[in-house]
Amino acid sequence: MSVIYVLLTISVIVAIIFFAAFIFSVRSGQYDDAYTPSVRMLFEDELVKDKENKTIKASQEKQS
Amino acid sequence: MKSTCYHCGDECGSTTIRFDEKTFCCNGCKAVFEIFSSNDLSCYYDLQQSPGAIPREVEGKYDFLDNTSITEKLLEFDDGKTQIINLYIPHIHCSSCIWVLENLNKLNPAAISSQVNFGKKTVRISFSSDRISLKELVLQLSGIGYEPYISLEDYSTGSKKISRDIIYKLGVAGFAFGNVMFLSFPEYFEVNEYWLEQYKHLFRWLMFAFSVPTVFYSGKDYFISAYKGLRSGLLNIDVPIALGISVLFIRSTAEIIFDLGSGFFDSLTGLIFFLLLGRFFQQKTYAFLSFERDYRSYFPIAITKIDPDKKEESIQVYDIKQGDRLLIRNEELIPVDGILINGNALVDYSFVTGESNPVQKSSGEKLFAGGKQLSGVIEMEALKSVEQSYLTQLWSNDVFSKDKTSRFQTLTDSISKRFTIAVLAIAAIASLYWMFADPSKVLNVFTAVLIIACPCAIALASPFTLGNLLRILGKKKFYLKNASVIEQLAKVDTIIFDKTGTITTNNTANILYEGNPLSEEEAVLLKSTLRASNHPLSRQLYELLAEYDIRTLDDYKEYVGKGLEAHAGSHKIKVGSAAFVEQSSNSGSDNTAVHISADDHYKGQFIFHNEYRQGLPELFNSLDREYELAILSGDNEGEKAYLQQMLPVNTSFHFNRKPDGKLEDIKSLQQQDKTVMMIGDGLNDAGALAQSDVGVAISEDVNVFSPACDAILDASKFRFLPDYIKASKKAIGIIKWSFLLSLIYNITGLYFAVTGQLQPVIAAILMPLSSISIVVFTTLATNMICRKMK
Repeated sequence: MSVIYVLLTISVIVAIIFFAAFIFSVRSGQYDDAYTPSVRMLFEDELVKDKENKTIKASQEKQS
Repeated sequence: MKSTCYHCGDECGSTTIRFDEKTFCCNGCKAVFEIFSSNDLSCYYDLQQSPGAIPREVEGKYDFLDNTSITEKLLEFDDGKTQIINLYIPHIHCSSCIWVLENLNKLNPAAISSQVNFGKKTVRISFSSDRISLKELVLQLSGIGYEPYISLEDYSTGSKKISRDIIYKLGVAGFAFGNVMFLSFPEYFEVNEYWLEQYKHLFRWLMFAFSVPTVFYSGKDYFISAYKGLRSGLLNIDVPIALGISVLFIRSTAEIIFDLGSGFFDSLTGLIFFLLLGRFFQQKTYAFLSFERDYRSYFPIAITKIDPDKKEESIQVYDIKQGDRLLIRNEELIPVDGILINGNALVDYSFVTGESNPVQKSSGEKLFAGGKQLSGVIEMEALKSVEQSYLTQLWSNDVFSKDKTSRFQTLTDSISKRFTIAVLAIAAIASLYWMFADPSKVLNVFTAVLIIACPCAIALASPFTLGNLLRILGKKKFYLKNASVIEQLAKVDTIIFDKTGTITTNNTANILYEGNPLSEEEAVLLKSTLRASNHPLSRQLYELLAEYDIRTLDDYKEYVGKGLEAHAGSHKIKVGSAAFVEQSSNSGSDNTAVHISADDHYKGQFIFHNEYRQGLPELFNSLDREYELAILSGDNEGEKAYLQQMLPVNTSFHFNRKPDGKLEDIKSLQQQDKTVMMIGDGLNDAGALAQSDVGVAISEDVNVFSPACDAILDASKFRFLPDYIKASKKAIGIIKWSFLLSLIYNITGLYFAVTGQLQPVIAAILMPLSSISIVVFTTLATNMICRKMK
């Protein structure tokens, strides 16, 4: 029955790890601006596309 | 055909510029487009249609950024190589803005990285300082239409600390609540098995361990507030809450020490969690608005001083001394009271008075701090320092240092007083009864009453109702400083309006012509004359005469502060002040007017009436039934007759009030036991707004300008004001109903407590049930009252 000690320890440790992650996220300022990241998330594509175009252009220039 | 600018979306008008198959309204917009398209940033226009702003002329405006003692205070970080600055850019308004500012690096590789905070409209840029200076960076931003706004406020406050206290507390309470619930499950279901008997102590002590930080960290504000309340002889809502929390904690701890039961740790942590949730919900803040602004937000950091040996130098405005010669450029703010020495001053005092028509000044005349120079460069001599100027002196009045919220008792506080007394009485009577019936149960019953009567639901009713209404009103562009403003709003019985800029619009004036009608030829001549003038009144008149043609003038002269004179063929025209056009008879009107004479014959005058906001008479009529209304203006009585005819008879009028006079007027009304709401717009209303019970600032552009106040109302929503006041009254009604609802829960709980049969599981069910049902009720009810609102 002492397995309950192990289980309890594990569950408390897991809980504390999540709690620490929460504290860390607040400290790093993730909760300060809740709007911009939602827009920024959509931009990544644009940037990648832009870069791809550039590399295509660059490679075309190299070929010619 | 009308075309709109590809960059900024404005109408192009007559001077359309075509470039790359796109239309632009001006060269500035075209230039920005060229910058973006040549730097692979044309995505800017794909994300949002015409997102840009016209880049403004900033020549010399940011010279002060060369001064290292000033930049030092603005920079967030500086290690000699890399510098970080947080800039406020009012134009940030859409996803394109975020995109282009975060790709600044492409435009200029020296800008290493940039991050936009959309809510606050700021961008944080790190850049290598050996490749680009702060000034160059700011100029580049201005060049693409994103001019940062740097004011004196940035200088004095430095970097602000963000308070994340409530999130931490909420996190701790939520964490503990979840885990304690989880650990109490075996006991809820009364599993009487062998293993539970063996391990229950471990479970209980774990729960205790989770509760300790919840009570002493998350809940500490309630103890502090209760202590403060008691010390000042006030039974605020935090007194019964603090009492409940401590009794819960002490009794539960005692129970597990003496092995009497499992305690109420689940209810305890849940209670604190829900209370903090309510507080968090109420704490809606509008990051991009500031309710605490004073003149410092509008004044520039630095100004150009002219040394006796004619050298120009940027100095900090606080360093301006009496007798200093200052150079004010076009579009710059006059920071101190002074005397005009050189140049034509055309000063826009709209920041100060709300009056939109600029005032012409000639050398030797006095200039007041807060005005904006509109026509070229002037030189002035400072008469006073910044703090001692006429306008800024207003802030030394002690209304600005008083905390408004402590001046009145909230609804929750007034009910909690009776509530606390009732709870203590019930606890005493019940204990007394059990003393005789069964002395062993006395302590049990006494603590049970205090636990169950902990006014969690009452404490939640007001934050959730007001918090939700705050959010809804915010969506309607009526931004309140905090939730207690709603309570005050509901109590208001007197409403005072400022005139200029508040009930009038700043944008257009209503122009009427009086006198002999102008012939076609004269009108054409007039238009052609006005075309050459840059005076704002000329511009407005010019727009009015849009239908006429233009002819070339043979001769044109502009007399500063007087008017215009022009010849074309055999005709002559004079436009300007009454004295200038030799019009001796006064029309008796105090309104702004432009007089016209053609070929030395007086023709008539254009009178500039203030344009009143849409729906003004309706607004006054609907408010007239319930409120005492008044107009309090710094202007002359020119519009009095017109206003009297337009507005309800009971409205009272007060003209020629100085800023501190407005404050005194409000104060005397309050001394007659009136609850006063002041609606104003300019810095001259700041004192009155601070003194009034609810100070509402009207603003055409909420991002740019508003004096310190309790609420900011978008000018386009002005006529819906009665609806908003009505909604706040209904919200108070909802709170009262929720009090009733939570009292029913309390009475049910008290029945169990008084009869001595309060089980942890009953407390654990009743407490969240009452809290959640209050939250649901208030949220639904507030949404319902606001559904009809526009």
